[in-house]
Amino acid sequence: MSGNKEEEDPRINGIKTKIRVVPDFPKKGIMFQDITTVLLDPKAFKDTIDLFVERYRDKNISVVAGIEARGFIFGPPIALAIGAKFVPLRKPKKLPGETIFEEYELEYGNDRLEMHIGAVEAGDRALVVDDLIATGGTLCAAINLLERVGAEVVECACVIELPDLKGRQRLKGKPLCMLVEYR
Amino acid sequence: MFAVENGLQGDPRLKAISDAIRVIPHFPKTGIMFQDITTLLLDPVAFKHVVDIFVDRYKHMNISLVAGVEARGFIFGPPIALAIGAKFVPLRKPGKLPGRVISEEYELEYGSDRLEMSVEAVKSDERALIIDDLVATGGTLSASINLLERAGAEVVECACVVGLPKFKGQCKLKGKPLYVLVEPREFDDITLYN
Repeated sequence: MSGNKEEEDPRINGIKTKIRVVPDFPKKGIMFQDITTVLLDPKAFKDTIDLFVERYRDKNISVVAGIEARGFIFGPPIALAIGAKFVPLRKPKKLPGETIFEEYELEYGNDRLEMHIGAVEAGDRALVVDDLIATGGTLCAAINLLERVGAEVVECACVIELPDLKGRQRLKGKPLCMLVEYR
Repeated sequence: MFAVENGLQGDPRLKAISDAIRVIPHFPKTGIMFQDITTLLLDPVAFKHVVDIFVDRYKHMNISLVAGVEARGFIFGPPIALAIGAKFVPLRKPGKLPGRVISEEYELEYGSDRLEMSVEAVKSDERALIIDDLVATGGTLSASINLLERAGAEVVECACVVGLPKFKGQCKLKGKPLYVLVEPREFDDITLYN
């Protein structure tokens, strides 16, 4: 896992082979990393979650923040297994209560991420989860939201990293854990 | 059918689940008492109760596929799928799923929307469970049932955390049974300060 060249866990190759690359989606030139095919394989999906749970269960994580929408698929199973709360970070106007927001640039466009006020407290130790890190813009916005309310972001966790986009450098010094690289 | 009608009468987990839901009045518009499940997700014990109750119900029903409706169905569906060894299939707003998809239109109060599913999601002889956080009109779930049936799956049941009281008893959606944990909470002063 992560950027370390340690011996790779044998489950990782099984996950990697299940990821489907779809060319020119959502537009020409983008090689889209489709994780829905991983979800169609119960063993590969379970292995993905287990790898993260094994890494985080003894790190005193009190909150798992998942980025809408694919972060909602991976975040909750991890949160449940490690006994942490789950906090959805959402597109604008979806969360019904009072929120704070952070603006960010996407690989293709601009957007805003929102979090409920009161969901995360000062002193919470947070893990941020998304399916993939590209430019790191969304994860950086997530880190900002959590830090603004006084949480400590322990790490960001993604299934896939696109290292050529250097997103790892945009995480305000926070470490990244990923399972599969795509170059 | 509600959980209390089917063996869980008096189960303290149902009260814990209901108590953990927050009501936001007049969201997204005046008159709607929005049932906010994000507060349930902040309570790991109550969140786990939801998953446990659904897993207990479905683990021996030979479910091969759990379909979750974007986006809050993505939160409840995967933990259930993982626990029962089923695949998870996201049902998404238009344009989000890559590759070949089938699409189903459904009505909103004003206008309509579409739900999409990947054609690769369903093999033959699949027994499917559909999950969402809440059922109100049943429009989204009906569209979901249509997508799965068009792809050749058998929809065994639809399951939601919250459902309007009209879904008591043998109420079905497009002939499919519906299983609901709790009724909507009322808005009161206590909720305001949750």
